[in-house]
Amino acid sequence: MRRFLPVLFAFLTAVFGLPVVAQQTTPADLKPFVDALAPGGFPQREAAVTALAATGDERVPAILNALGEGNLYVVEATGDVGFATKAGAGFAITDAATSAPLGQFAKGDIDKIKVNNGLRRTIRTVIGQMTLLSPDRGTRLSAARSILKNADPASMELLQSALAAETDPEIKATMEAANAVITLKTDASLDNKRTAIETIASRGGRDAVTILNAALASAPNELKPAIQGAIEGQARDRAAWDVAQNIWYGVSLSSVLLLAAIGLAITFGVMGVINMAHGEMVMLGAYTTFVVQNLIRMNFPGLFDYSLFIALPAAFLFTALVGVGIERGIIRWLYGRPLETLLATWGLSLMIQQAVRSIFGPTNQQVGNPNWMSGAFDFGGLSITWNRLWIVLFALAVFAVLQLVLNRTALGLQMRAVTQNRRMASAMGIRTPFVDAMTFGLGSGIAGLAGVALSQIDNVSPNLGQAYIIDSFMVVVFGGVGNLWGTLVGAVTLGIANKFLEPYAGAVLGKILILVLIILFIQRRPRGLFALKGRAVEA
Amino acid sequence: MITQFIFRALDKKAIWAVVLLLAVALLVPACNLLVPPGSPFHVPSHFVALLGKYLTFAMLALALDLVWGYCGILSLGHGAFFALGGYAMGMYLMRQIGTRGVYANPVLPDFMVFLNYRELPWFWHGFDQFPFAMLMVVLAPGLLAFVFGWFAFRSRVTGVYLSIITQAMTFALLLAFFRNDMGFGGNNGLTDFKDILGFSVQAPSTRSALFAASAIALALSVLICSAIVNSKLGKVMVAVRDAESRTRFLGYRVEHVKLFAFVVSAVMAGIAGALYVPQVGIINPSEFEPANSIEVVIWTAVGGRGTIIGPIIGAIAVNAGKSYFTGALPDLWLFALGALFILVTLFLPKGIVGTFAGWMAGRAPSRAQHNNAPRESGRTGGTQILDAKPEPAADLKPEPAE
Repeated sequence: MRRFLPVLFAFLTAVFGLPVVAQQTTPADLKPFVDALAPGGFPQREAAVTALAATGDERVPAILNALGEGNLYVVEATGDVGFATKAGAGFAITDAATSAPLGQFAKGDIDKIKVNNGLRRTIRTVIGQMTLLSPDRGTRLSAARSILKNADPASMELLQSALAAETDPEIKATMEAANAVITLKTDASLDNKRTAIETIASRGGRDAVTILNAALASAPNELKPAIQGAIEGQARDRAAWDVAQNIWYGVSLSSVLLLAAIGLAITFGVMGVINMAHGEMVMLGAYTTFVVQNLIRMNFPGLFDYSLFIALPAAFLFTALVGVGIERGIIRWLYGRPLETLLATWGLSLMIQQAVRSIFGPTNQQVGNPNWMSGAFDFGGLSITWNRLWIVLFALAVFAVLQLVLNRTALGLQMRAVTQNRRMASAMGIRTPFVDAMTFGLGSGIAGLAGVALSQIDNVSPNLGQAYIIDSFMVVVFGGVGNLWGTLVGAVTLGIANKFLEPYAGAVLGKILILVLIILFIQRRPRGLFALKGRAVEA
Repeated sequence: MITQFIFRALDKKAIWAVVLLLAVALLVPACNLLVPPGSPFHVPSHFVALLGKYLTFAMLALALDLVWGYCGILSLGHGAFFALGGYAMGMYLMRQIGTRGVYANPVLPDFMVFLNYRELPWFWHGFDQFPFAMLMVVLAPGLLAFVFGWFAFRSRVTGVYLSIITQAMTFALLLAFFRNDMGFGGNNGLTDFKDILGFSVQAPSTRSALFAASAIALALSVLICSAIVNSKLGKVMVAVRDAESRTRFLGYRVEHVKLFAFVVSAVMAGIAGALYVPQVGIINPSEFEPANSIEVVIWTAVGGRGTIIGPIIGAIAVNAGKSYFTGALPDLWLFALGALFILVTLFLPKGIVGTFAGWMAGRAPSRAQHNNAPRESGRTGGTQILDAKPEPAADLKPEPAE
């Protein structure tokens, strides 16, 4: 009777179709089903497998997997079925159903439960069946994916029934794709197959091309043009998305370059001063973010998601103050000697780096991403991370605000006047030393803002600034200092060119090429794309 | 003509420097090899190598001074020429290792065996011959300087722009030499040298010889630089430095003058690099670091640009300080170096030698000793970009509008 019950159950299952999730079973309930796997020939075993699966117990897939892989043993004396692990000369058996240890057995006392190919297929099917209908979303998704990958025609019926019950759109899409792939392998009607090709093509991705290529080999002649067309369409789509992805990477790099270079462009444009410590201002901005986040973590953990909004003004004010200090303390004594200014600010950058190293240590500091900046989303064939997107928007915002400041405020007017003709501006009553100090403060403050943004995507270490300074120079030199549009165009050109060269030349060689191109470009336009023209140039 | 050229080179300061250097070239090796180790006059071998390194740095600084101090070209990429010369020497030394490497390959250096090279890359051929390697020490930096300078000066890239693109040049080379498939040993560079001209690089006698070679090379550089700056060409160089446009309007080919100075300077830097490598025993891409090149500028500035002996004094003084600091107070070295940059530019724009000479001239007004030093105004000719502020005279300074 005990051995008959599962067989009966299997029979019932076969007659009434797939069971919906069975009621919860205890290990003891499961045991007769598991033990039924051992006796008899392959047909009985197959029935036992189906019966076992029908219990719907969550341990079943593991047991069936073990059976399929030949890891399930039966103890000859008792008929208990269990997993075997090698222990000393013999094997230690654990009951498959109850997980209770059954003790040590010699090799002769246990038998491996044999499976053949037909049984293996059954096992795969029932496992797929159990997982495809599992209440757990993750289990279903991975089961659907594995069916898509294996595309075994045997699992088609099962898949279709699961498809009918599925509500989650992502899983459903995967199942539909799997169904389409399987359809191509079966002898379904041509119309069905055409629909299947369309389904696969619309899913897209590199897998689709592989699947279609595989199908192409075995497809009947009538279908070949359709498949061929779908493959070409896929290749076109892929190429377009690749270009789009490269553009996006380029835009992302451009935004970083723009942020790092724009402050430099202002000080260079207005004062003719190359501030080698600019990168260190960026670094100070990043460290300000770190300090602000630490304070928030310690005192107001709830505000963490807003930490960047607090860090932005803090970083701007701090670096702007440092900038004004540098201008008043060092740079104003060196006006008219741009090369000496370059050296003095380089010395300053060494000191700031070492100071930060002494205070915070030479290692990278952990700056957290707020929730709204973590993660990524898919946009068509693009994968876009939130932090990159926010930084692009932030860079544009900074650029716009800066344009407003330069074109709509009194300080901006004075700055432009000083840029164009310092002596004339001075003669008109503009306090050029004040404008210089404010300009330097503004440029440094923007570097601080850049630091806050960069802290989200880069390592915050004392060397942070060094990594950006040469690139920023290139942007400024390329764009020229006539106006900020030059910086924008310079940043976007260099960023996108860099990312487009990378796939062909590699990251390092791409960068070298860019540097060489800039050096050559400077030959044609010694003062950049957007140079000031007229008298101001040779004043 | 030639004798006249040399005769002019031997102005008083240059003679002193040359004599002193030749004396050092004899004395230090003698104190190392002939004086027994116990004696207070004994110079230990590692110290000989250290001094030799300083002398090659001094030569590099002098090379930079020729273009910066006399011609107004602030190159932030002179380390690249130094490193190229060093790599040429390093390639010769690598070929000399032969079968003594770890992999004992008679032709391929160890790193190439390691990186699965089948045969020697074409640009490594010939480096087993010392004369060829020496030719390359001169040619590689010289050619780079010629091509780079020809493009840059012809299109009148000046001032800060030029400085930045020289920095870009050395940065690009840094990235390139870091690549393993460039065939220059990548990250690790070239090291583990055994022989130079058949003598072991580790032997005290070889070290002394290399030291003497460095001292003599530096003395020759002093002679050459002195000859150049005292010639008519040197006067034109100074004119280019102080008023580039005016010099051009007077009919001089400014680009040719600059190019000449740049190439001579690069070759000198390359030779310095070639002497540096066997004394320190390694050359790797970090020599191309832009920071290194800027450090050379500060040696020159500390000693006094626009003087012949200034850069030598500056290079030795700063590097002696660096050796001391990095040993005794490693955390403070960057503070000290940074402060040096700031203080020298603010308070000692003419460097030690220039200030001292000015002070001497003040005591003996009849002798205008430092007429080669850059003008106080700092209006370094065409070098200012845009409307770099001329130093406003006091009466021009506008009062804030009340």
